[in-house]
Amino acid sequence: MTDAVMNELHTDKNASEQAARDRASHASAAVKRGLKKRYAAESRFRAYGIGAIAIAMCFIVILFTTIISSGLPAFTETTITLNVELKEDVIDPAGTRDPATLVNANYRKIVFDTLLLEFPDVTSRTDRRALTAILSAGASFQVQKMVTGDPSLIGQTIEIDLPVSADFDLYHKGVINKSTDEADRRVDDKQMAWFDTLKERGTITSGFNTTFFTNADSREPELAGIWGATVGSLFTMLVTLLLSFPIGVSAAVYLEEFAPKNRLTQIIEVNINNLAAVPSIVFGLLGLAVFINFFGLPRSAPLVGGMVLALMTLPTIIIASRAALKAVPPSIREAALGLGASRMQVVTHHVLPLAMPGILTGTIIGMAQALGETAPLLMIGMVAFIVDIPGSITDPATVLPVQVYLWADSPERAFVARTSAAIMVLLSFLIFMNALAVVLRKKFERRW
Amino acid sequence: MGEIDMSNSVTTTAPAARDMSVERETKFYTRGVQVFYGEKQALFDVDLDIYENEVTALIGPSGCGKSTYLRTLNRMNDTIDICRVKGTIELDGTDIYSNAIDVVHLRARVGMVFQKPNPFPKSIYENIAYGPRIHGIATGKEEIDNIVEQSLVRASLWEEVKDRLDEPGTGLSGGQQQRLCIARAIAVQPEVILMDEPCSALDPIATARIEELIDELRDNFTIVIVTHSMQQAARVSQRTAFFHMGDLVEVGETGKIFTTPKDQRTQDYITGRFG
Repeated sequence: MTDAVMNELHTDKNASEQAARDRASHASAAVKRGLKKRYAAESRFRAYGIGAIAIAMCFIVILFTTIISSGLPAFTETTITLNVELKEDVIDPAGTRDPATLVNANYRKIVFDTLLLEFPDVTSRTDRRALTAILSAGASFQVQKMVTGDPSLIGQTIEIDLPVSADFDLYHKGVINKSTDEADRRVDDKQMAWFDTLKERGTITSGFNTTFFTNADSREPELAGIWGATVGSLFTMLVTLLLSFPIGVSAAVYLEEFAPKNRLTQIIEVNINNLAAVPSIVFGLLGLAVFINFFGLPRSAPLVGGMVLALMTLPTIIIASRAALKAVPPSIREAALGLGASRMQVVTHHVLPLAMPGILTGTIIGMAQALGETAPLLMIGMVAFIVDIPGSITDPATVLPVQVYLWADSPERAFVARTSAAIMVLLSFLIFMNALAVVLRKKFERRW
Repeated sequence: MGEIDMSNSVTTTAPAARDMSVERETKFYTRGVQVFYGEKQALFDVDLDIYENEVTALIGPSGCGKSTYLRTLNRMNDTIDICRVKGTIELDGTDIYSNAIDVVHLRARVGMVFQKPNPFPKSIYENIAYGPRIHGIATGKEEIDNIVEQSLVRASLWEEVKDRLDEPGTGLSGGQQQRLCIARAIAVQPEVILMDEPCSALDPIATARIEELIDELRDNFTIVIVTHSMQQAARVSQRTAFFHMGDLVEVGETGKIFTTPKDQRTQDYITGRFG
């Protein structure tokens, strides 16, 4: 090589190094320019995220405060303490203590007379009626229950806490007050005066509303409770669980572990996913047509409600179970197969136990969905007004969300608080179930 | 090129020498083994014998079909829907793909250790006891206790875990887990143990222990091991088979394969020119 060539090469080398440096500095300048933009984009995105969460939290707070503030009054009830004289000549004039006589006695007269005794100067028929309106219709039933339960009480004078009617309960709680024009309220000035007098005498007390948790539905708001709907919900959930869990898990295990992958199983898979998106009222119509009209199962019964909700819950359970089964690493299956376990043993000894937390989580979430479901149950008649607490899955019943719907639809003002209270009970069930799902997931979470 | 020609001429004597020295029984006799994954053929006419109480190493580049071949020996390929196997695979003279063979029984006779240690997420004890229990090899608690101890001793894990048999097997270190998996395979008292790259997820020290263990196990079991490490094949095996692109290129005594391979591709692979 000549010197010239060497020089040329040398300068070439220098030039190319210079170019590389230029490129590098140019690139870093471009990067710097871009960096600012990139950081800005990131902080914008974070702000959007925080904003979205803040709005969501805001709505949750509004939801809970409205429900709780309007529902809380329903948890207290107002009672009036009266010294009731259980006159023998009214209850059992013949003195036979015949149960039929005791049941049919005029307890209404007894409690009304007791209240009227408090105000001897109230004499006119209209006034007397207005005064006795303070007492709930449930007051005479309460006395009836006491006497039939213990006939030896007849002839004695005992102190009893009797429920006041819903309007006076609201007046006591301040919902109904004098600021409204007298003609527009259900408690007039005279009644208010009597009630205030009773209050001054110390006979009016408020306490925890046990009626709300022990009674079924009633036309009288002060006697209406959610126990009937709760029992109905429990029966319905029981049927749903017993049907959807075994069927859903078996279907998922078969599809995931045994079924050949062909067109037919593909179609089934797509259909299961579609089924999850079917509006729930359609399942209600299906239940009405098939279970009630075709198979003749009883209307308004938790049995049918549970079956309908099981149809609705199945896709959720199948999809969740399949995901849980898929999440079990194939190495576990191989290990068991390699030891000579049959496919059934692989599933029952290893895969299913490992997938169980996921399956249970999915099931609980599915059940929580079913618990809050209203529409399909309206279709099969669980929307009926039912005063009895259901004793079996074939008794007419209603469920919590339907009870909420029924009360929300009632004109009596006292049902407003009860509606919110029922929502609180329903929500607490749902929160409990979801928390259980979270705890299960956390407890059995595995890392492979 | 000259070197390879020379080596070829040397190795031609190897199979003959092998044949003369064969006193060992043939455990697996496989002829014309073809495996298809759907339309794709993964193995082409593999003829290979595996001898009793010997370690046979299967080597070759990734995707050459060595693992596929290994998994035909205990029919683990059955679990893959699209996989089809053709050809003759006999274990002690019985075709393992015939209807007369029950796959569950076959896998009890031909155990397997996988690439990634895969203990069950149960206690160490339960990991070992599972196989004997499902096969009804042992019933009483004492009998199972015995098997668990023996298996762990033979897998040289006993000393490390004897005080914590109730702890989960997944809590052990990688190397211990793999020895646990070997112990689990031994507990079923198989005749053959297939090992699919058993050390690929382990550090050198754990690898060395497993290799020692493989050497000890040879006295009682026939072992087929797939490995990516040629040093490992050289260290632990008596015979080596080299696979390439679904073909069995060459098989012979390990020493001969590594010093005087007769095929160009084997030569290239063991000298690190590809793979």
